[in-house]
Amino acid sequence: MLTTERDRIGLEIEKLVRSYHNDCGALIAILQEVQRRYRHVSQYAMQVIADALDVHPAQVFSVVSYYRFLSTTPRGRFVIQLSDCIAHDAVERAAVARQLENDLGIRFGETTVDGLFSLEHTGCIGMCDQGPVVSVNGRIHTQFTADRVGALLRDCLGGGDMVAAPGRD
Amino acid sequence: MKSSLTGKLTFALVEPDTGLAHAVTMSPPGIVDELRRSGLRGRGGGGFEVAEKWRLCAAAEGPGRFIVCNAAEGEPGSFKDRAILQGFAQLVFEGMTIAAAAVGASRGILYLRREYGYMAAHMESVLAARRHAGLLGQCIPGRGDFDFDISIHLGDGAYVCGQETALLEYLEGRRGEPRNRPPWPTTRGLRGAPTVVHNVETFAWVSCVLARGAAWFKNLGTAGSPGLKLFSVSGDCQRPGVYEFQLGFSISELLETVGAERVKGVQIGGASGRMIPPSQFHRTIAMEDLPYGGAIIVFGEERDMLDVAGNYLRFFVRESCGQCVPCREGTRRLLDGVERLRQGRCPAVHLDRLCELGNTIRLTSKCGLGQSAPQAFLSIVSHYRRELMGRERHERG
Repeated sequence: MLTTERDRIGLEIEKLVRSYHNDCGALIAILQEVQRRYRHVSQYAMQVIADALDVHPAQVFSVVSYYRFLSTTPRGRFVIQLSDCIAHDAVERAAVARQLENDLGIRFGETTVDGLFSLEHTGCIGMCDQGPVVSVNGRIHTQFTADRVGALLRDCLGGGDMVAAPGRD
Repeated sequence: MKSSLTGKLTFALVEPDTGLAHAVTMSPPGIVDELRRSGLRGRGGGGFEVAEKWRLCAAAEGPGRFIVCNAAEGEPGSFKDRAILQGFAQLVFEGMTIAAAAVGASRGILYLRREYGYMAAHMESVLAARRHAGLLGQCIPGRGDFDFDISIHLGDGAYVCGQETALLEYLEGRRGEPRNRPPWPTTRGLRGAPTVVHNVETFAWVSCVLARGAAWFKNLGTAGSPGLKLFSVSGDCQRPGVYEFQLGFSISELLETVGAERVKGVQIGGASGRMIPPSQFHRTIAMEDLPYGGAIIVFGEERDMLDVAGNYLRFFVRESCGQCVPCREGTRRLLDGVERLRQGRCPAVHLDRLCELGNTIRLTSKCGLGQSAPQAFLSIVSHYRRELMGRERHERG
């Protein structure tokens, strides 16, 4: 990363923390916004936040590492999650999982080299009666089948209405 | 996504804000008394008496008071709170407002799990409409001195935040690790102030009780578990969805209603609940018999119970906050045992040791997550042991 870009991000984060009156009770709100903007919370970001809030960076890290929706490495622009809820049909779900891996060329838990897609498992997301369920940046697709994977990925790239805008929930 | 609601639900029949209109004509202790007469208990799983929680909160000393609505709904198999928020958000916010009037709170918080973030815009629009109608904000009609407003906080993905003290830690900007109780949140909750925390469904029932009267509610259900309750039913059945039942119904009745045949077992209470085998399908869902959470999953004859135990244990391994050893390490050992069983490498004596370990986890974990984590595994081992043992030997990851 160029120093200038790092400085720019540092200033942006300091400004963000100031907008919360440097209140450490707002730590999670600040982290959510950093995650949304930069798709991860880097070590540098954690240090800047810690300095601005006057707490130890370990405290910031303890929070970042605790929550699933905060990550220390960049996630893809499109985060695709497949629910492993036990109520869903296991055969259908396995087919969807294989097709997602085939189309993206990555395994679950990985991000494509171009930074576009992350593929993840998620626990039950409250759609037990309508599985298998795929979520793309928080947008839910119920009764999902393997033959719909191609259209879903095309929609991500073409800005279609099957997916929410990148970086949003 | 289609609606999960089935049949005629009481929530669809009760006119929103009738309960609130009634409540503002009563004194705060009068509202608490009405709820006490109804016998309403918390619908999140703990089953604590609602009126008692409110009395304790109202009696506690503190700088201000908070009403927190818990929409963490992380229990695998549960989706009733999602359906309630999508269909009847008015009743939920109304219930929070009634609670605020009863205990003297001026701020409410809806904690919405991040996985339900797609609902946030709809929730905000319902809140805005209520502010516009004078049902939230400053000087709510009928009670000139009564100010109350609700804000929404999106979670960041942690099952344990469904535990009320972990939720409060989250709202204060820390790791969502459960606190020691006492002090209970009703005495020292959010930022040290007395706080009432209820599940989404509980607040909606508060509105119904105030609208229809305590006697109506008390006369339904059983003596120990009065009233109605919503259940999320999924798995191997023809008609999955959200159902309303009077407490005290039997599992056989439930299976008939949802169209389930050739059933091997029914998991009551989600991952933290237990598996009930067909020989016990006469048992009833009520505080007196099988405690209710709200998640019911039906498993047909084709299901491998070892897969079910493994799925639930993987969930707990992932979601354990790591604060205490029995839960953090114990759930991993149990999952390892499931893998050994799958590979046909588990001696009977080892399985017995795992059951002992399960009981130790149950007794020595700090919070409800750890205490209930081994429950599904233990009930599956006790009822389906024959199916688990003597598997063909093969190495699988």
